[in-house]
Amino acid sequence: MKKKLLALGVAAALSLSLAACTTPEEGTNGDTLIKVGFSQIGSESGWRTANTDSVKASLSKDNGFELTFADAMGKQENQIKALRDFITAGVDVISFTPIVETGWDQVLQEIKDAGIPVVLVDRLVDTTVEDPYVTWVGADFRLEGQLAGQWVKENYPDAKIFELQGQLGSGAQIERELGFHEYMAANIIGQATGNFNREDGKVAMEAALAKYPDMNLLFAHNDDMGLGAIEAIKAAGKVPGVDIIIVTVDGVKAGLEALLEGEINYIVECNPVFGDQIADLIKKVYADEPVNKENIVVDATFEHGTFTQEELDQRKY
Amino acid sequence: MSQLDPTSRQSVKAPNFVIQVFTHRLFWPVVGLILLWVACGIALPGSDTAPGFWSITMMDGHLFGQIIDILRAAAPILLLALGMCLVIATGGIDLSVGAVMALSSSVSLSYLISSPTRETLPTVLIAIGLGLLTGLVVGLFNGTMVARLKIQPFIATLIIMVAGRGVAFAFTGGRIESVVSPPFKFLGSGFVLSLPTQVVIVTIVAAIVMISVRMSALGVLVESIGVNRQASFLAGVPASSILMLVYGLCGLLAGLAGMIYVAPTMATNANAIGLMLELDAILCVVLGGTALSGGKFYLSGTVVGALLVATLPKAVIYFGFPMQITPLFKGLVILIICIAQSQTLRDQFARRSLRRSVALAEGSPS
Repeated sequence: MKKKLLALGVAAALSLSLAACTTPEEGTNGDTLIKVGFSQIGSESGWRTANTDSVKASLSKDNGFELTFADAMGKQENQIKALRDFITAGVDVISFTPIVETGWDQVLQEIKDAGIPVVLVDRLVDTTVEDPYVTWVGADFRLEGQLAGQWVKENYPDAKIFELQGQLGSGAQIERELGFHEYMAANIIGQATGNFNREDGKVAMEAALAKYPDMNLLFAHNDDMGLGAIEAIKAAGKVPGVDIIIVTVDGVKAGLEALLEGEINYIVECNPVFGDQIADLIKKVYADEPVNKENIVVDATFEHGTFTQEELDQRKY
Repeated sequence: MSQLDPTSRQSVKAPNFVIQVFTHRLFWPVVGLILLWVACGIALPGSDTAPGFWSITMMDGHLFGQIIDILRAAAPILLLALGMCLVIATGGIDLSVGAVMALSSSVSLSYLISSPTRETLPTVLIAIGLGLLTGLVVGLFNGTMVARLKIQPFIATLIIMVAGRGVAFAFTGGRIESVVSPPFKFLGSGFVLSLPTQVVIVTIVAAIVMISVRMSALGVLVESIGVNRQASFLAGVPASSILMLVYGLCGLLAGLAGMIYVAPTMATNANAIGLMLELDAILCVVLGGTALSGGKFYLSGTVVGALLVATLPKAVIYFGFPMQITPLFKGLVILIICIAQSQTLRDQFARRSLRRSVALAEGSPS
């Protein structure tokens, strides 16, 4: 008897939630909402979570969107499944950040067959499907590497540089490395990956400090690895920002705090707050208005000494 | 040649002592570790300006050096591996430990973030207590699934491996958030008696576990469950209670490992913390000579295994290998040690050398 009641309850709950899904909803201004399916990679870094927050804030009901947000938790198969669910749910526009470049042929073809336009965010795809997406919006990783390289060239032209790479094979790692090397390739004495996270950055830096005792400048592909490296530098009895100059990319809160304290010397921003740009593009795509194929998010740079507490307080992430 | 049965020949034996050393469970792991460290020493010889791999220096009353760094890196892995070793000895496995690390650190740091008195010792002690409690609760949940409901350990612990990170997400909102709390950070970057705090903690914990397991009947009871749970139950071993104890301990140690692991960097990260570390822990246990089939277990071998596993990622950097081949290098080292440990290969080798000595003793056999 108990079991039957439970089953009834579950069935009732299910049908309620289904009903909630199918009820057509309207925005505050009375128009029908644009149904958007957004698939995010996960929340592997502070940058990613700031990006997620921005997307969720911009694709809100008040702005005229009905957002279905799916977190792939770092797995491509989750992402492909989410994309298929979006097709089944009949969304108007699909937007996603592809975790890797390849392996999307089949699902992109299915999306195309369903006639749903795609807005790519942050990363690109490599596929045999023709016209797989309408538009792309994201950061120019190579430019970020170049900006970091330029600053080092101007301020520390003779630096002996150790480079903490991001997750090997990711677009951010490849492009930031290429951009940085355009200016400083000859000065790099060693490289290792820190997988974009603090713990791995710390472990790699501990070993690198012993392997490359001449090192006097660290270029980390993101703030988090730089923050991990700072712990390793302190543990080795050196002063981060003084004995070893630190240059990172991203500009998340914890990174900028370290910049303010002088533990990081220079940060090239990789601005994650471009949800408004994504929302704008989705609206245009939905209305069949012409859009640029590529949309670059504008990045700033921050230097220790000129960056202030007020600037830090004003930042949204 | 063909009529020779080597096992029946009692008269010809290699010297007892040599056989004992070579066939000792710890022999190959220790040899592997020594070779790896010697190679690291060659890669990092040190100079007037830079300390080498082997150099340990005293600065401000604290010990610094690569060996110390390796001990520090091995600390959380060893905590996982000790619990894992006991679980494996019962014939089980605990896949949840990596997720438990993410969970316990999330619970603990979330509490600190929400508390206005996060820089005071009592608050930090509560935070640590909550983290440990989280680990223990998950461990007991695993234990209940395995001992009472008799669900296969692989599946029972897979549940938390998958769901644990989801719960951790709920605590942190999927955010990487830093927190400043000197007493908590002391766990990860402080020093006690010149040694890093986490090394001291883990040494004490490991000693307690080893002594209480080997000085009491617990170790034998654990092994008996691993050999045959049904038979041990019939023989009066309280199998269920012991399984609860072992899984509970494994969860508790994983909870502690989570906090030690995040203490140096002090940031929540439900995704990356402890990722794949359950496999590292299993690897430590296996490298240490304990079979996954359960039964006999070797905690001292597990310690050696943890040192090996902690050294590998650093060795790649010492050697200056390109990072792309890191997984290959790790795989090769593990392969070599596993082959060296293989009982089948060893038996064949022993039989062949026995045959040779028999042949030598009898003169030319044909």
